Order: sequence, then structure tokens, then C-alpha cells
Amino acid sequence: MALLSKKDANLILDPLADNNPITIQVLGICSALAITAELKASVVMALSVLFVLGVGNVVISLLRNVIPSKIRIIVQLIVVATLVIVVDQVLKAFAYELSKTLAVFVGLIITNCIIMGRFEAFALGNGPWKSFLDGIGNALGYGVILIIVGFFRELLGSGTLFGIPVLGDPIRKTGLYSTGYENNGFMIIPPAALIVVGIIIWVQRSRNKALIEEA
Amino acid sequence: MGLKEKLHETKLKFQGKKMAPAFNAIHTFLYAPNETTHSGAHVRGADDLKRTMNTVIMALVPCLIFGMFNTGYQHFGAINGFPETFSLFDHFLTWDNFWMGLITILPLVIVSYGVGLAVEFVFAVIKGHEVEEGYLVTGMLVPLIVPVDLPLWMLAVAVVFGVVIGKEVFGGTGMNILNPALTIRAFLFFAYPTWMSGDKVWVHGAVDGVTQSGTADAISGETVLGYLAQGNTSGIADKYDLADMFYGFIPGSVGETSTLLILLGGLFLIFSKIASWRIMVSAVIGSLAMGLIFNGIVAAEWIPEYSKFYSLMSFEYWQHLLVGGLAFGIVFMATDPVTGAQTNRGKWVYGFLIGFMSVMIRVFNPGYPEGVFLAILLMNVFAPTIDHYVVRGNVKRRLKRLKNATIYPKVSEGAEALKTETV
Repeated sequence: MALLSKKDANLILDPLADNNPITIQVLGICSALAITAELKASVVMALSVLFVLGVGNVVISLLRNVIPSKIRIIVQLIVVATLVIVVDQVLKAFAYELSKTLAVFVGLIITNCIIMGRFEAFALGNGPWKSFLDGIGNALGYGVILIIVGFFRELLGSGTLFGIPVLGDPIRKTGLYSTGYENNGFMIIPPAALIVVGIIIWVQRSRNKALIEEA
Repeated sequence: MGLKEKLHETKLKFQGKKMAPAFNAIHTFLYAPNETTHSGAHVRGADDLKRTMNTVIMALVPCLIFGMFNTGYQHFGAINGFPETFSLFDHFLTWDNFWMGLITILPLVIVSYGVGLAVEFVFAVIKGHEVEEGYLVTGMLVPLIVPVDLPLWMLAVAVVFGVVIGKEVFGGTGMNILNPALTIRAFLFFAYPTWMSGDKVWVHGAVDGVTQSGTADAISGETVLGYLAQGNTSGIADKYDLADMFYGFIPGSVGETSTLLILLGGLFLIFSKIASWRIMVSAVIGSLAMGLIFNGIVAAEWIPEYSKFYSLMSFEYWQHLLVGGLAFGIVFMATDPVTGAQTNRGKWVYGFLIGFMSVMIRVFNPGYPEGVFLAILLMNVFAPTIDHYVVRGNVKRRLKRLKNATIYPKVSEGAEALKTETV
């Protein structure tokens, strides 16, 4: 007796790989480029989107039969804006430094295409439990890419993970730095995220040829 | 049994195997293939891709050898002081200089070729196609456009990045959008800026001197552009002789200092019809035009002397061609037949904009007083667009001609039908 039926499990697992919002649907790229220079910011961003999308999908799904279809976008915006403000306030209260790093990008979750996309494409037509799983799945798919990109960018760009030096001290030349290694400044700037995401897309599609679009 | 037969045999043995492309590459690099084409009519030209590449390499060799002498000359000059009266054979073309240059530059060349070709081989084996010659020129260009003291592992990382992201992801040689050598340089510049700019990297030993003994002043060499970018307006004539700039006895990246040898290489490429003279000429015109505009701004006193752009703006317009990588970029980088514009009119536009933007970036980017590689990369991206509009323009012009044309035989319906058909 599995915890989830196969169909439900696919709602979570599909967006992680073969229907990933970033690498396959190419949504939510802005935030993936902007905030992935540090792993900590990536994780917090991923968690924020997880919360907003999971709860938002349930709320929209519950309201789906009472929302007049002409004003559904506005209703969706109100739901997502409310949730984002909650996230923003929580961050400001408990992780002020981090909220300064993320700056405007928490607010910009409102305009993240993934969220409106899932509301429109899934929550408006499915029940709350399925919508919840779909929201969690897509947010995880988004978060996984963010964390992978953040991991490589922080490790290669700053030599740290979660702000903790893992390769030694670049100033006093300890650890790996004593061999002449230096941090890669290219990884700090946003174009590097584009290239890392591109490499992930490349690897994914060369492993699963079915994902390659026809030219 | 000679080497040739042995290679032929090895090739047969590996036919159809996964490693076949790697063996075939070695074979075709040394000898002409022993296979013949089986179908269709073919004209066999001697100027295949391999020979084209080798011609460019031949044009680059003088720059490389000069770079070796110059590395030694700058190094010893920075330590012992430069000679008062310069004599070519006593002070420049000496074994000491050459030896110093050889041991610093040869590793760069070896790493560049070794890593680059390794990446090419790996991709050829994975994709199952023949190893492409594309890296032959890139591998020679790369050591010439980096500072002498660049750590080898940085070069290796950059070469992997440049070949994979700049070329292989687009489908390999001939399919790349960006010039791989410049992609490598751009990567190095943004990844390790302290090793790629400033006044410490252009002379061999300067970087070590700083970190170890603290004798930073004893050994440092600024490029002309670096000197200007710091706002030094006067004294440029005392510090750098015009003839030195032209002949190349100045600090800079390994192979780009000698405008004279670049000019000779350029002429060689033009006469062997490898590179496009249109791009070279228009790029020179473009850089002169931008230089003249800046000189004009200074002459009209539209810019105050305390402006940080003043010194670079007031730099004589034609001297831009003598310093930095502009000449090298125009001759060897902009003319890359893969990434440049393909149409003749497109080449004029493409070259002009490269020259124009190079000087513009030089002046307005004081953090880094060189813009050639950025300008060429930018125009690489726009080259297909330029070609597109040139082709569109041509189609339009010919359609217009067709509309006005009288088509014989003058059977009115038939002519109209023919027109609509052709359109």
C-alpha cells in the first residue's frame, strides 16, 4: 500500500525531471539567474516558492468553482500576493540579512511564471489534494535546479557553501588556495547562471533524447 | 613497412570502433587519406580545411617568435633598465631574451593545444564523427592573446570552457557563433580579472615579484592603454616611443604587440586569399572614424580636462591601431570565416562596426582599457543579422528589376504568369 497512488506520485516526480519547470518549460528563469550566486539564497528562494505554490494551488483549487473566469487572473494575483507578503514578512522578521540579499526577488515571486502557470494550467481544473501535490512537485523541480546552480556558483565563485569556506582561505592561502587555485569571478555574475542552466539542460536532453524538441 | 602503411593498417583495424575518429585524426593530420570518394563527381582542391588552417598558423608564427623575444626584453628591461640607445641585435634579438620567452611561452602553447585537442578528441569519440581541424588555429591564437604569466591551470580551464561552450555545444567547427579564442579570453577576463588586466601582468616575473618579495615597483610594466586609462594625458611620448609601438617593443599580451608583424601576417593572409581584406580595411576605417570623433570632441572642448575619459579621448586617432590588441584582433580574429559576416557588403558593415566599437569600448570602459575582444564577440553575434539584411536587400533589388523588366516573348499573359511565379 503505497502512500500515494502512481498517478499522484507522478504529479510530484514529473516536474522534478522530465517536465521540469526551468529546464523543460523554461519558466522562472529570471530568479534562477538573479539569486543563485549563493546557495543559501537559492535554498530560501526555493522554500519560499514551495510555500507559495503549495498553499496557493490549494487555495485556487478550493475557489475554482466560485471564481468567475473573467476575473480569475486578478483573484490569482491576490492569492499569490498575499502569500508572498507573508513570506516576505517572515524573512524580514527572522532572517533580515538574507532578505536583504534576496531583496526585490521575493516580491517578484508574484510574477514568477511558474506560479501563475500552475494556477492556470492545473489548480483551476483539479481538486485540492492533486493541486497540492502538483504545486509541491513544481516548486521542488524549480528548487532543485536553483540549488544545483547555487551550489556550483557559490563553490566555484566564492569557494564557500552556505557562506562557510570549504576550499580554504583565499587571503591567507590555505587549503586549495595554497596550490595557486583562485576563485572564478565569472561564476559570481548572472551570465554564469545562464550557462550553468544551459549545461543542465544539455546534460538532461542528451540523457533523455525524447526531450529534444524538433527543430 | 613505413609509418604511413602502419597508420593505414591501424585505421583499418579500428574501423567502425568507437575510438576510430581519434586514430583517423592522427592519420589524416600526417598524411592525405587513402580513401577515394565513391559517388558523384568531385573536384579535388588542394586548399582543404587543414591547409587553410595551417596558412593562418604560418601567419601567426612571426608574432609568436617576436613575442618570445619581447617577453625576455621586457623582463630584463624591467629588472636592469632599458638600454639608452636601442640596437636590435644587441638588445632585442639575443639568446637570453629568446630563452626567457621560450620557457614562459612554450608551456602556454603546449597547454592550449593539449587541452583543446583533448576536448576535440573526446567530443569526436562521443559524437562519432571525425576530429575537426577547427582547433588548430584557435590553439595558436590563445597563447598570443593572454598575458605571459597567466597560470597554466587557468588557461586549461578557460580552454575547456571556450571549446565546449563556445564551439561544441553549437555543433563543432563551422557551427560556432562566437570565436572560440575570444570566448576563452573573455572567460579568463571575467573569471580571473587580476591576472588579465592592470599593470602587473604584462611583464614576466611581475606577478611573482609582487607576491613574494614585495618589490612591486621594481618590476612592473604598464600597457600604453593602461597608462592612458589612469588619466595620464601628458608624457605619453616620453614613456612610449611611437616606433616602439609600431615595432612592438612594448608590454602587452604575448603576440599582439608588434603591429609590423601583424601587418605582414595580414598581407600574407590577404595574398593567400584566406582572410577577407574587406573586413580588415573596413575595421581599420571604423576605428579611425571613432578615433577622429573622439579627437574632434576634445578639439571642440566639449569635454573637460578632468574627465576620466579625457586622456583616452585625446589619444591620436591613428595611434589606436598601434597599441593594444586592435591590429591583432582585426587581422586574425575579425576575419574568422565562420563567425564573421559572409556577404561582401555585410563584411564592410561588420568590419566597420568592429573597429568603431573597439575604440568606443576602449574609451568608455576605463576599468579595463581594451575593448577589441568584446567588440568582435558582439559583432560575431550580429553577423548573421547583418547577412540577413544584405540578402534581403539583394532580393528586393532584383524583384524591383524584375517588375520593371520586359519579359520576352511579349505574350502578355505568359509574362505576367512568369512574374508571379518567380516572385
